[in-house]
Amino acid sequence: MNPFHFLASIGAVFLNGLSAAGRMALFTLSTLSHCVRPPFYLRLLGRQMIDIGYYSLPVVGLTALFTGMVLALQTYTGFSSFAAESSVPTVVVLSVTRELGPVIGALMVAGRIGAAIAAELGTMRVTDQIDALTTLSTNPFKYLVVPRVLAGTIAMPILVFIADIIGVFGGFLVGSYKLRFNPAAYLQHTADFLQTNDVTAGLVKAAVFGFVIALMGCYFGYNSKGGAQGVGAATTYAVVSASILILLLDYVLTAILFVGR
Amino acid sequence: MNAKAPSDTPKIAVRGLKKSFGRKVVLDGLDLEIGAGESLVVIGGSGTGKSVLAKCIIGLMQGDGGSIKIDGEEMVGRSTSERERVMRKFGMLFQGAALFDSLPVWENVAFGLIQGRNVPRDAAKQAALKNLAQVGLGPEVGELRPSELSGGMQKRVALARAICVEPEIIIFDEPTTGLDPIMADVINDLIIKCVRQLGATAMSITHDMVSARKIADRIAMIYKGKIIWSGPTAEIDHSGNAHVEQFIHGRAEGPIQMEVRAH
Repeated sequence: MNPFHFLASIGAVFLNGLSAAGRMALFTLSTLSHCVRPPFYLRLLGRQMIDIGYYSLPVVGLTALFTGMVLALQTYTGFSSFAAESSVPTVVVLSVTRELGPVIGALMVAGRIGAAIAAELGTMRVTDQIDALTTLSTNPFKYLVVPRVLAGTIAMPILVFIADIIGVFGGFLVGSYKLRFNPAAYLQHTADFLQTNDVTAGLVKAAVFGFVIALMGCYFGYNSKGGAQGVGAATTYAVVSASILILLLDYVLTAILFVGR
Repeated sequence: MNAKAPSDTPKIAVRGLKKSFGRKVVLDGLDLEIGAGESLVVIGGSGTGKSVLAKCIIGLMQGDGGSIKIDGEEMVGRSTSERERVMRKFGMLFQGAALFDSLPVWENVAFGLIQGRNVPRDAAKQAALKNLAQVGLGPEVGELRPSELSGGMQKRVALARAICVEPEIIIFDEPTTGLDPIMADVINDLIIKCVRQLGATAMSITHDMVSARKIADRIAMIYKGKIIWSGPTAEIDHSGNAHVEQFIHGRAEGPIQMEVRAH
């Protein structure tokens, strides 16, 4: 095999990666600029808020409940070996509000909403519906992308706030009924070590994750091509890239919001 | 800028239009003129650039070079907002109808009025029902979803949507493809009726010769990214062009060799 071919293929992959990053950056900038320029489609924003926020509540709520329950159990089994069981409520509430609520909630929403957005916009692209919008004097960015991205950014913190409460409640249930904590003492411990910043920093993460999920769904759906296979690929890319970005940005945001303060 | 164009100015004038996708040259310096109120049909085989030409004219795609003038106003190199202003003159019927699945039929038809012209929803709905009636569909159809309609009905709804904003120019992309001959003839009749009523300029792209003969004042044939023949509909049978002869008679043998492999 010619070694230059190998080098050329590495170069091609690198250039394709750069070009994709550039296209994604332009798409993001275009989305942000359209977010602040009229017309605003408030009816569509409301509909997307319901789709992204309200209808995701069962799956995110259940995930948060079991996460809190498992966390309480795991922490108890680990901490009891060095007589630190009383830290269980604190570990549960801080882990849920700072980390697990936003990240696990966002990963669930990426699977549910990121995929749905990419599939819907992708189908609209391959069936000429996006071109039809343009011919009917409607900017597809403002009509399709902006309401979804704004709804993701606004709905996700609300969703995570509810998930935080459910997650802490899950830990409380296990702590009180299985691990035999005094319920009042469990709640007291939960409240004692929880600061407002722990919750707000988690909600800031949630807003960023909501933006990323909707943006990836819109980007891959909007630019999909090649019929049903293209729409399928767009859906996969949207979920995978949103999931990776959530984990990557989680580290960056944690470093900024917690370590730096 | 918005001054009425002189009557001798073509409604659409395309000069030297070029468009390539990678190494594949689709439009190779294409020239085309369509007069105001004229119905031009562009014929040509699959993959010869008919749809790309239509998309470049309406502004959905940017050409790589050349000039496109609408009412004498140059479109190439214009800003997005200026192009959007001129695009308000257009209506388009897409090959697959391209109806919005998430909206009921009446809202599809009224979409251009509600979103593009800020017409109140009630007034837009009345206008939509009137346009549905024009294409032979009753008000009960207005409440259905596009997925509940047959292919022919979807084409009719798409036609109603295209004419609802009363455009000056209507582009029909393969209006009869996928329809049975009777429904195709119904669509052809509706196109003729609607275009006449609006006094609009029409450009249709098709490879359906029955449709082309019926709706065209003039026919142009595209081959290898160029217009190789154009003339009045009545003259197409005496074009003297071997490519046109082969195409209109649907012969496998002739100067046009079908590409059996994608580039």
